[in-house]
Parts: sequence; structure tokens; C-alpha cells
Amino acid sequence: PDWFHWTRTSFTEASRPFAGLSDVSISEDIPVEGDISVPVGSSRRDEEFSTLDEPVKETILRDLRAVGNKFIHVLYPKRSSALLRDWDLWGPLLLCVTLALLLQGGAADNDDQGGPQFAEVFVIVWFGSIIITLNSKLLGGTISFFQSLCVLGYCIMPLTVAMIVCRLVLLGSSGTVSFAVRLIVVTASFGWSTFASTAFLADSQPPNRKALVVYPVFLFYFVIGWMVLTFSPSQ
Amino acid sequence: MASANDPFQFKEFEEAGSLLEANRDAVTISIQDEDVKSDKQRKAGANGYEEDPLTDDDSTQLLSGQKESAPFWTFEYYQKFFDVETHHVKERIIGSVLPWPGKNFIHVYLRRNPDLYGPFWICTTLVFAIAISGNISNFLVHLGKPNYKYTPEFQKVTIAATAIFSYAWLVPLALWGFLLWRGNKIMNLVSYSFMEIVCVYGYSLAIYVPAVVIWILPFEWLRWFSVVVALCLSGSVLVMTFWPTVRDDHPKVMVATMAAIVTLNVLLAVGCKAYFFSKPEPDLPVTKSTPTAGIKIPST
Repeated sequence: PDWFHWTRTSFTEASRPFAGLSDVSISEDIPVEGDISVPVGSSRRDEEFSTLDEPVKETILRDLRAVGNKFIHVLYPKRSSALLRDWDLWGPLLLCVTLALLLQGGAADNDDQGGPQFAEVFVIVWFGSIIITLNSKLLGGTISFFQSLCVLGYCIMPLTVAMIVCRLVLLGSSGTVSFAVRLIVVTASFGWSTFASTAFLADSQPPNRKALVVYPVFLFYFVIGWMVLTFSPSQ
Repeated sequence: MASANDPFQFKEFEEAGSLLEANRDAVTISIQDEDVKSDKQRKAGANGYEEDPLTDDDSTQLLSGQKESAPFWTFEYYQKFFDVETHHVKERIIGSVLPWPGKNFIHVYLRRNPDLYGPFWICTTLVFAIAISGNISNFLVHLGKPNYKYTPEFQKVTIAATAIFSYAWLVPLALWGFLLWRGNKIMNLVSYSFMEIVCVYGYSLAIYVPAVVIWILPFEWLRWFSVVVALCLSGSVLVMTFWPTVRDDHPKVMVATMAAIVTLNVLLAVGCKAYFFSKPEPDLPVTKSTPTAGIKIPST
């Protein structure tokens, strides 16, 4: 209670710098399972629309809107923390599954010289982002584990788009021109992915370690870009 | 409640006193080795004296190199192997690529702060560099063959990862065990920890990344030249580092250890070159003259 704090702080004048410690209390309206940077505002918003009696369609649409909003943030990576604040893994899952499915049906799927299988793409994307996240945490990053996974997953989007473009180009022809077009598209989307993710991730690092965090991200998108570029359909 | 608060305060001051002890130690350490990082350490130590020592608790402890021994299942235990900054990693890579006679890699660059960042990411880079450039070189070799069908050869990544990571971890493990055994038998002043050996092996692989990229070009003399250069550089780093540990040993053991280190290095380099990069075929100039048929990547 308040009177208690009041009397305690007035008793011990010398401990005034530490008096603030006793005032820290977790208010009940902050969800426990969130991350530290969840502002009070988001929970207030949840109270405004009570989700109990709304139609299921609205609930799904709201989540879809949140995912779509994050896609826009990746496409236009200005340094805002919206992608970091409310993380979700729906978008990364969607993008990863789309990419892995599009990489199927490649050249020589039935012999052992083929391209990456569905599971391999899945493992590379998820284990790659987990390792990059652990790396940035070990280097002393201030970003939380799932925030980093969310950012890395959402930033695959340019490469997934590039994969769709590549498949469309490959429908037409598979000659030199087609390869040049695909090379340009994949290079551009690789640069975009790296730029977007570092715009979100690099700020969480001490300045003298930024390059150490950015390099694995670069390698990660480079490998995914390589998989997209070397995809060749079977005939 | 105020009486309950008093012991709390007293405890705080007690901790501050022990912290000053730690800081005093930190300053002596940073005076002893006055090379690269010591500026930062000294600054941190000085801050610890002047300002409230409680605020500098973590940073002084981290920077002074006095690691409290956290148990291995905690996150903090692994964090101390990633306590490097960009310029440290840069210096270490350059130091491993350009070895200098008389410069022991562990003594000059690691200085009791071995990291896992460099070894891990150098190995990962090398794995993908080998797989990707092996694939490109394979494509270039077969460029223009009418019945050649381009495939990404994704399984090369798995094989390269197995080879590189087992070299970078099992060889240091064996070497560490061996040196421990020899160190018990004879009086030896120089001994390395396991992490230091892993770190040296990881960084010694850095030179292979540019070498592997050169192997894309389908000229056999260029490939062998780069193999020899890379082998000399990375082998000399390893030999110069591990020479002091076996110098006082029996000559036979000394020669055998050095030979084993060099042989394993040669085996890795030559094995990778032979397995992942196919030889250019003799009819390459003939196919090169008909590039219009050759550039088709996916065969139809």
C-alpha cells in the first residue's frame, strides 16, 4: 500500500536512490507472456474491443491485417519498431512454406543430384534464423528471441516474391535472357532482404559489434537467394 | 520495515567493497598487457573507481577478462565465447591469413579470450563457399555439353558441412587430449585450453574461403597454386602455434605431432579440391567456341 512506501522512504533518507526499487510492481493488465517492450497501450486496445463476442471472421481478419501490416513494413523498411513490438510467427511460417513449396518440382527431383527438398528448405530457414538469433543474443543484443525470429522470417518476403517471379519467367523460356532476368531479380531481392532485416536488427546491437551481427544475416539470405536462383524446373 | 531495510543496505556496501577489489585487479591486468584492448579496460576500471561502482558492475567484470565461472548449461557460459568486437575478429582473421615468423597466434591475438564467433562463422562460410563454388565450377566445366543437365547439387552442402565441422572440432579435441597427456609427462610451460585450440583451427580455415572462390575458375594450375598458398599459410599458423607445446618433448613425438597437424590440413584441402571440383575436361576449348548452345542452364 501507498502509506507504507511513504513511511519507509521518509524513514530512510539515506537510501533515497534505492527507494525507487520498492515501487516497481507489475500491474495486472500487462500480459505476462509478452516481451518487455509491450506497451500498456496495446492491452488497453484489447480491452476496447472485447474479443469474446465478436464474430470469428473479425478475429481472423484482424490477425490477417496485422500480418499484412508487417509485410508492408518489410517492403518499406523505415526504422520503426512496429515489426518488433508485436511479434508473430504466422507470416514467417506462411512465407517459408510458400518458398519451400515453390522450390519443389525442380530438376531431377527423383535422383540424388536434385535441388533442396521441402524439409531442407524448412530446416535451413528455421535453423538459420534460430542460429542467427542465438548469435545476436550471445553477442549481447537487446532484442528478444522471438522478435528476432519474427524479423528474420518476415524479411524472407522479397526472396519469396523473387521465387514467384522466377517461376513465372521459367514458364516462358529458360535461356540466357531468362537467367539474366532471374539473376537481377534475385540479387535485388537479396539486397532488399538484407537491408530490411538489418534496418530492424542492427539497432539492437552495440555499435562496435554491428558488423558481427549483420554478416550472418547476409550469409543467410545469400544462401536462400542461391537456392532461388539455381532452381530449374524439370521437364 | 525500516529495520529490515538496514541489513539490505549494509549488504550493498559489502558488495561494493568486493567490487573494488575486483576493479583493482582489473587495472593491474590492463597495465600488464598494454596492447590493443587495454585502453578500454583501463577506462572501465577508472570509471569503477570514480563513479558508483554498482553501475559499472557488469561491464567492468566483462572487460577486465575476469570471467566468473558460470556452469556450462547457462547462457552466460557461452556468452563469454562471443565477447569479441568487430576489430578483434578482423585482427584475428588478418593474423591467421598473414602469419609472421615468431608471432604465436594464441599469444598475440587471442590473449586468453578465445572466441567461438570466428570459428563458427568461418566454418559455415567455408561450407557454403565450397558447395556453391563447386557447383558453379561443375557448371562451367560442363558448359556446352549437349546432354548436360544443370542441377543445384544441394547435397554438397551436407557433405561439406560434415567434413569441415568434423575437421574443425574433432582434430582440436584429439590434439587437446594429446597435448594434455604429453604435458603431464614432461614439464611444459606452454599449454593451451581446448577453446584456444578450437579457435586457432577455426581461424586457420579463413584463408580457404578466398582459395575456394578461386577454384571456380577452370584452370588446374591456378587451383593447385592457390591450394599450395593456402596450405602454406594455414599450416604455418598451426605449426607456429603448436611448436612451443611440443618443443621440449622427445624429438620423435615432436616430429610426429607436427607431421600429423600438417598432414590433416593437407588432407582436408586436397580432399575438398578433389571431391567438390571436377577437373576441366580436355575438350573444353572446343566447347567454348560454341557458346550459343552452352549458356542454356536448365536443359529442356
